[in-house]
Amino acid sequence: MTDQAEAPANAQTECTAATGNSESRNRLIPYAVLCELTHRCPLQCPYCSNPIELERASREIDTDTWKSVLSQAVDMGILQAHFSGGEPTVRKDLEEMVEHASKAGLYTNLITSGVLLTPARLDRLREAGLDHVQVSFQDTESENADRIAGFRGHAKKQEAARMVRAADLPLTVNAVMHRQNLHHLEAMIAMAVELDAERLEVAQVQYYGWALKNRQAFLPTRDQLDEATRIVEEARVRLKGILAIDYVVPDYYARRPKSCMGGWGRQFLNITPAGKVLPCHAAESLDFLEFENVTERPLAWIWEHSSAFNRFRGTDWMPEPCRSCDRREIDWGGCRCQAFALTGDPDTTDPACEFAPQRHVLEMPIGEAGGEIPEFVYRRIGNG
Amino acid sequence: MSERLLLNVDSVPRLPRHAKLRFDRARDCWIINAPERVFELDAIAGEVIQLVDGTRTLAVLVDELATKYDQAPRADIERDVTAMLQNLADKGFVIA
Repeated sequence: MTDQAEAPANAQTECTAATGNSESRNRLIPYAVLCELTHRCPLQCPYCSNPIELERASREIDTDTWKSVLSQAVDMGILQAHFSGGEPTVRKDLEEMVEHASKAGLYTNLITSGVLLTPARLDRLREAGLDHVQVSFQDTESENADRIAGFRGHAKKQEAARMVRAADLPLTVNAVMHRQNLHHLEAMIAMAVELDAERLEVAQVQYYGWALKNRQAFLPTRDQLDEATRIVEEARVRLKGILAIDYVVPDYYARRPKSCMGGWGRQFLNITPAGKVLPCHAAESLDFLEFENVTERPLAWIWEHSSAFNRFRGTDWMPEPCRSCDRREIDWGGCRCQAFALTGDPDTTDPACEFAPQRHVLEMPIGEAGGEIPEFVYRRIGNG
Repeated sequence: MSERLLLNVDSVPRLPRHAKLRFDRARDCWIINAPERVFELDAIAGEVIQLVDGTRTLAVLVDELATKYDQAPRADIERDVTAMLQNLADKGFVIA
């Protein structure tokens, strides 16, 4: 009797296509906006989803511009606003933006490393109407976690997660997993339960931008991945109704590509610290696209009419074998950023698909998975 | 939370703090906003979820629906509503 369409809102979530009524599908109403308030962050995680070219603080758009964007988002039918970064709590006007979004009717989510949070700040954010907090973890064990983050923050993160629950805010533990911490996956699940999280995101690293630079350091072997999948499946049964676990697998080992963002320009938009509007957080890696800015155009116009949002929207752009594939409106050709980064051709089928003509580009990294672990290229300005 | 919630007719279901119900004019349906998820509810599920307010037991909730939809056998409504809410409870979007 129910028709529950689950729409992904964030890039690290496994994308399941929304099955809303046909009218809303035709009108393409986006579900969520990811507001990257800043690229400033005390952490230097080598898999950061920010672009290689980080925006400096002087380029960040101001409070009133963000408020205008959030109001426009509501008018477009957007339901959720994610406040992310960089580290979004670096912005002193975060509370003001959360309050504006919440009063306008948006579901508000804070995606944070937690290292700058204080109980007083969390109280103010809750008062401002914040609905949910996601705290990222690099590992369960301090030394390794701090090494991966390039910052001594693990203990503070655990404290921050407890503060979130003490403030009676719902908590998601965001665990980015890879070959250098997958052996702690069971401990990570136990930690999420112990921290009283409602939800755990087990997100295997996806290889764009910084993570692609560090692929050899992160890509697990097939056996490691299978073991992780077994652990997650067992935990999902054991913890049903206690802890919800979202699981994102590295698509190098997949037979079908992920439905990236639920399709280009279909469900989601991302706004950079400088106000550029992207179909996904990694889209600036498609360096031939021109992205419009919220300081110059209305958000709805950018969504509907900009060349970047229409470049890979729908199925008309598709090459074979996508064009005649019966999954073309399920996975939408996979990820454009990945196709471009791995093959140099943004219009080709994502190599994560077993039918992709350029599937072979995954052979080298998969063949080298489990080999020597190189030093990290840490995420920092000037290190790209 | 440490145990799976199993709903029965005496349960008083409600939405947890992280799940927010509202009517969405753009999509013309009731939706539940939750972390990284939007549940779009069909017309019937929308009717049911509006009664999930932390005051009614599941039995009372079914009685109200049975009165409103008097062509459907009460037992069928109870089975469907319980299954729907248990499904949401297992995903953490209904508590009691």
